[in-house]
Amino acid sequence: MTVTTPTMPAQRTNRIALALRLLLGLVTVALALAPVWAGRADLRLLMEVLSFLALAQMWNLLAGYSGLISIGQQAFVGLGGYLFFALAMFAGVPLLAALPLAALLTALVALPTGWIAFRLQGAYFAIGTWVIAEVFRLSAAQIGALGGGSGISLPVDLARSLAESRGAREVVMYYIAFALGLVSVLLVWMLLRSRWGLALTAIRDSEPAAEAVGVATRKVKFLIYVLTAGVTGLVGGFIFLQKLRITPEAAFSINDWTAFVIFIVVIGGIGTIEGPIIGVIVFFALREVAADWGTWYLIGMGAIAIAVMLIDKRGIWGAVKARYGLSILPVGRVLDAAPPAKPD
Amino acid sequence: MSALLELEGVDKSFGALKVSDDITFSLPKGQALGIIGPNGAGKSTLFNLIGGTLPVSSGAIRFDGADITRMPASSRCRMGISRSFQIPHPFVGMSVYENLLVASAFGNADHHDAEAACRDILDVTGLLARANRPAGSLTLLERKRLELARALASNPRLLLLDEIAGGLTEGECHDLVGTIQGIRDQGVSIIWIEHIVHALTAVVERLIVIDFGKIVAEGAPDAVMSDPFVQEIYMGISVDDDAA
Repeated sequence: MTVTTPTMPAQRTNRIALALRLLLGLVTVALALAPVWAGRADLRLLMEVLSFLALAQMWNLLAGYSGLISIGQQAFVGLGGYLFFALAMFAGVPLLAALPLAALLTALVALPTGWIAFRLQGAYFAIGTWVIAEVFRLSAAQIGALGGGSGISLPVDLARSLAESRGAREVVMYYIAFALGLVSVLLVWMLLRSRWGLALTAIRDSEPAAEAVGVATRKVKFLIYVLTAGVTGLVGGFIFLQKLRITPEAAFSINDWTAFVIFIVVIGGIGTIEGPIIGVIVFFALREVAADWGTWYLIGMGAIAIAVMLIDKRGIWGAVKARYGLSILPVGRVLDAAPPAKPD
Repeated sequence: MSALLELEGVDKSFGALKVSDDITFSLPKGQALGIIGPNGAGKSTLFNLIGGTLPVSSGAIRFDGADITRMPASSRCRMGISRSFQIPHPFVGMSVYENLLVASAFGNADHHDAEAACRDILDVTGLLARANRPAGSLTLLERKRLELARALASNPRLLLLDEIAGGLTEGECHDLVGTIQGIRDQGVSIIWIEHIVHALTAVVERLIVIDFGKIVAEGAPDAVMSDPFVQEIYMGISVDDDAA
């Protein structure tokens, strides 16, 4: 049996963790001020980064903690997007109210789809979620009022209701994205520090043992499924508000909303809060560098994912955490007055 | 004395293989019961049925008068049934202390001060010095102790121990027996599956022998162990060979 022991003195680990926390704080402040320093193109890129961060945090909560490997999260991105368009265009709901309402309705739709998907386990669950997403995509293409297969655009006067000038609109949209990214991280962090966190982490590590010590694992997993569906729907609504146009292909794209998100979480470190943050940085850095490579970019990404699996399947942050005991956003509970841990 | 746990005609089959065959017994409150039998006799399966990890094929299980046959494992734990796994299942990414906190927060425990309760249990099970270490860094023996500690943290009325002494040295085994005796003396009912018979008989007042999924002998430990039939199936000693 391998016994992993931190190879760095605790003091140094603490100092590095503190430095990283400070860095994270500075980045957050910089992001909060982005409309001041960033150009229009940069702002758009940041919106995308923050949306993906939120999607990745949700997929990580689902797969990394609850053990629910879904490859059908595009169902909720697309549903959130379409519901948002429908609420704004046909129900006359103001844009900023339509977003949370679309999220709520997405979570409601997740109740029956979850009921179906939860009859399946493991790989069957994964395939089941994908099938559900395909059903959503094909259904969306049938709805004539929403443009059917060719999609629909958000009318200009509706977009104007957000702000009169294009610049001001982008700032409003940026702050929605900023809130999504920030709240997704804080939500997961607070969840993991609560009583729920104990249950989720226990399920992550051993589901039979979690069940045996009294955690109603099925219920917990179902609630997480519905919660992540709601937030994913919220992000979906925002993504298509930003794009101002929605089509079934774009809304229910498994590549964009699930494959890339899985890549981010797996590379960064599944089952950790920090993992998706690191993964999203790696993903977008890679995308910017490889923008002109065409298909080679996807091949390269696949190769990196395979390399991470072979070298250390815990991902970048998972490996760092296991080796050095580092934690930027700590969720652990410490027993006071216990004798200090002896190094051995 | 009223029965805490009752099994009535419990069967479990995996396809054509019958791993529990018409198991019927009852455990009075406060009793410590030992279960022995050859490898593959269906002892751990029986625990999975009592603990709710596996559903029964037929039969009924009652706990404290209530029918729990169809109840999920988590609800049984909240009613007061706790178990240790034969192959330890620690929550490897959590600290030893957090492992206990999960059980304390979600099990049957009514801990006003979960921290103090967990500290006491860690002390009794000899894990206090490891409290804040990741459970994944524990040795096999420490993992076995963690199984016991975590089961205790949910404050059980019935404790199911699955080969908790396997692989321990003589001295460690002695300490463990002392710990389990202490738990028994607090009024917790215990069912203990164990191959190390002398450890078992130091704690339990009654033995059940299982072979091919059936109860083949039952009674006071001395009487059961001296039964020639038990000696033959369990120890592999043939009575006829002895006579010859």
